Amino acid sequence: MHVITDNLPLYLNGLLRTLQICLYAGVLAMVLGTVIAAFRVAPLPPLRATGTSWVTVFRNCPLTVVLFFMAFGLPELGLNGSYFWFGTIGLALYTSAFVCEAIRSGINAVPPGQAEAARAIGLGFGQTLGLVVLPQAVRTVVPPLGNVIIAMIKNSAIVGAFGVGGDLFAVGDTLTSARGEAVLPVLIGVVLGYLVITIPAGLLLGVLERKVAIAR
Amino acid sequence: MRARSMRWGVLVASAALVLTACGGGGGNQLAGGTDVPVDTNAEFAPGSTMANLKQAGKIRIGTKFDQPLFGLKGLDGTPQGFDVEIGKIVAAKLGLSPEQIEWVEAPSKTREEKIEQDLVDMVVATYTINDKRKERISFAGPYYEAGQDLMVKSDNAEITGPESLRASGAKVCSVTGSTPAEEIKKFVDPQNLTLFDVYSKCSDALRTGQVQAVTTDNVILMGLVENSGGQFKLVDKQFTSEPYGIGIKKGDVPFCQFIDDTLTKAAGDGTYEKAWQASAGKVSPETPPLPQLDPCS
Repeated sequence: MHVITDNLPLYLNGLLRTLQICLYAGVLAMVLGTVIAAFRVAPLPPLRATGTSWVTVFRNCPLTVVLFFMAFGLPELGLNGSYFWFGTIGLALYTSAFVCEAIRSGINAVPPGQAEAARAIGLGFGQTLGLVVLPQAVRTVVPPLGNVIIAMIKNSAIVGAFGVGGDLFAVGDTLTSARGEAVLPVLIGVVLGYLVITIPAGLLLGVLERKVAIAR
Repeated sequence: MRARSMRWGVLVASAALVLTACGGGGGNQLAGGTDVPVDTNAEFAPGSTMANLKQAGKIRIGTKFDQPLFGLKGLDGTPQGFDVEIGKIVAAKLGLSPEQIEWVEAPSKTREEKIEQDLVDMVVATYTINDKRKERISFAGPYYEAGQDLMVKSDNAEITGPESLRASGAKVCSVTGSTPAEEIKKFVDPQNLTLFDVYSKCSDALRTGQVQAVTTDNVILMGLVENSGGQFKLVDKQFTSEPYGIGIKKGDVPFCQFIDDTLTKAAGDGTYEKAWQASAGKVSPETPPLPQLDPCS
């Protein structure tokens, strides 16, 4: 186990890097996912079609393929950028499809009477969705959104393989191959690192769920 | 009717032309290789690794499948290169023909594991001898001394050596967990170091301008330069010394001594030179001398 204590700074760096990726990708995915969910329930057919294609593409395409396209396809098309952002945006795009579907299920759970009442007092589509439906919808989907976010944190390990580097999983790679440490203790350290992120995240979501949950 | 069928004919012919043209580009096939006489009369002490291998009639050799000139797996399924030739020389002295060798892919990050878990009998895979690795496995050799270098685009005049990297703010690519990746950290900031699992991805990143330099041992870079069709060049300023050894099970001194003897003999009778000329010699025509062998432990 001394492998972990000996290389604590390296592990901490990796943890920070992973947190960074997850934070940026998480925020981006939440925003994007909500916008796409709004598209999917919008009254305009082109918006609905955009939303549906978005979800169909990103939900059915393996994350590795999305990331591969970001890291190797975009430069091929003449778009150069940092691998960190390629990876983070790729992860966000992929996750946004799942966020969208979670939120859409929440929208479907809101009784239609709510939207009808909003329309009846003269609110437009944007106001109905933003002020009446979405606030209720999001409160009911905290648990599934939590699943999506935790899955995203775990998926961030794949981002490291596409040139991002320095993340928690890559730290394990460096220790095992370049420094020749035994695989098992190194991986235990990596697992502990992910647990340090995911378990508190799960607990936080639990608290949030109890706070905002609405009985229906 | 005739016009239509002719049109089809042209279409098929041009498609075939395109296909063959594509196929010709990436290949760097090293045909032939050394024809080492198999030592069928070899005698070994019973119970030794050599005796066991000879009796089994099979040796599992770990090598890389993606390193031109050292270990590259072509379409015929057998890897080719200098490492592979060295493997064949050792096998021949054990009384095993090339057909009796089972090639196992041994990428940088799982080499020690492959040896420890007895998935291979030896690893010849551009494997730098270092003390940390010696804690888990033993090395025979070294059979070649490489040095870390940089590869850049042919028109790059800014990067002249590792010291110029920081000044030009260049992004550098290497392979996860390799010694060069650790070594280059002295010359570049962590955020400018990009790591992939294989060198081919680094080449791609260099081609598309995502990174400005690729670093690893010189001969590996030579292979990449050779495959780039003139797009890349070597900076040609080696800044480390990388003695390549043959990884074997920890503490197997007799096997190590046997391999060392084989290497010495191969250097003496010209087999070593033939192995070099048939592989890496295509890019670096001068055969290097066999380095001073390390004591077995």
